[in-house]
Amino acid sequence: MINKDLVIIGGGSGGMSAALEAYALGVKDILILEKNDYLGGILNQCIHNGFGLQEFKEELTGPEFMSRFSKAVKEKGIEYRLKSNVYDISKDKVVSYSNEVEGFVKVKAKAIILTTGCYERNAGAIQIPGDRPSGVYTAGQAQLYLNCYGYLVGKRVFILGSGDIGLIMARRMTLEGAKVLGVAELMPYSAGLNRNIVQCLKDFDIPLYLSHTVKQVIGKDGHIEKVVIAKVDEKFNFIEGTDMVFDVDALLLSVGLVPNVDLISKLGLHFSRTRGAIVNQDMETEVEGIFSAGNALHVHDLVDYVVSEAREAAKGAVKYLNGELKNEGHVYDVEASNGIGYVVPQKIYVDEAEDNLIFKFRVRKPYKMINLVIKEGDEVIRKIPKLAIIPSEMEIVKIAKDKFKKSSNKITISVEEK
Amino acid sequence: MTELTCIICPRGCHLTVDENLNVTGNSCPRGEAYAKAELTHPTRTLTSTIKVISSNATRVPCKTSEPLDKDKIFKAMKEINEVVVKAPIRIGDVLIKGVAGSNVNIIATKDID
Repeated sequence: MINKDLVIIGGGSGGMSAALEAYALGVKDILILEKNDYLGGILNQCIHNGFGLQEFKEELTGPEFMSRFSKAVKEKGIEYRLKSNVYDISKDKVVSYSNEVEGFVKVKAKAIILTTGCYERNAGAIQIPGDRPSGVYTAGQAQLYLNCYGYLVGKRVFILGSGDIGLIMARRMTLEGAKVLGVAELMPYSAGLNRNIVQCLKDFDIPLYLSHTVKQVIGKDGHIEKVVIAKVDEKFNFIEGTDMVFDVDALLLSVGLVPNVDLISKLGLHFSRTRGAIVNQDMETEVEGIFSAGNALHVHDLVDYVVSEAREAAKGAVKYLNGELKNEGHVYDVEASNGIGYVVPQKIYVDEAEDNLIFKFRVRKPYKMINLVIKEGDEVIRKIPKLAIIPSEMEIVKIAKDKFKKSSNKITISVEEK
Repeated sequence: MTELTCIICPRGCHLTVDENLNVTGNSCPRGEAYAKAELTHPTRTLTSTIKVISSNATRVPCKTSEPLDKDKIFKAMKEINEVVVKAPIRIGDVLIKGVAGSNVNIIATKDID
């Protein structure tokens, strides 16, 4: 068995930035395990621009953003293994992985960071009605085929779900000569960023059908031929007489992302409302010395935020390795209350926290003219007025920890309508 | 009279612009600037991929070196899809000079060995 101070599972933007942060803080005995044969994760296929405005104060494409980290990892000589699939981790921090060079390997780590990213919900996950033909892809799959291998999956395309990947693929496939017939969204509002609705749909006159979803997929000889879209009411029941039939050769699904938590489930941990692990202020899971960050913890809007959260996890791991993270002293449970979908972190050991407590959360639905209220027990710690707030944009609130009085063990975040 | 959705912040103001480029409906000066640029000289950064000869990759991702006039985008795509480049390529290498008759270049966004 090999011994390592820090094992990082997943060599995407999160894993690499965690490794670089830990390295900068003096932990040099690091191993990054990556399942693909390249570093950088999903950004390799995200060739569009818009990355790095927070991190580098400039607008980069995915590959450019990722390359800055992979170059730094290589320059510093941080050890990494490609094509290495982690198939098990244990509470005593033994990581089991395999690759074609080393075979089956066990590593005993002093600390672990899980930056395994997220995966796309697929046709099975949303129980899409109708036939099961070929030609139905997740938007990310179609993106991989097109941007990394040069294959266009269809010429007449319909997209279900208005998540950002779907919107970006609508533009990308249009540029490559496909006809994108429309984008349907179940909810009465888009799940994607406004800028993407304008740049990806309006620029190319692609219709967005809100409160619509797929009623039936129709295949012929095993391939998709038609898709029936219909309008839904507030209870998501189909409204009769609203059917629209589109002749298609591909259907793309952009219906949500879910943290990849296979390894966390092997540890038998609880899941939070993010569908990722439950973590404390240092991104430490319920197992001491095992940390989680990035899309593996909760799905982020921007890779810039993934990077900064992975750095927090790395700082936490270094604190743990130095014996400074003991989960002692006054503790808060952090709760998502009225109107809030989830909050990260879910636990705060305030005596061991940095000077500022950072809360990341999303609202459940779009609101206008509200206050975000952060309370300790019944006492209001901060009220933040918001002109407009939407679920697809994560809120980040920093509050100095000395504002909290340790008078209660509960912090709640809620929406107060005016 | 033109109607636009402002893309500067999540509020997404509904902007109305008249013939004399007077902007209404914006909540801040940034909305006005966006609307004027969008109506006088709309540009977009274009990203795509180019066929590459390499033992490690079949496509090299690329982008315009600066935003390109919106009406030249499909012409640029046609040129991008006619070019074949050879590895090694470094980020920032010019792959097409003056795409679609503009002063804008197409540059690589990934190292390919």
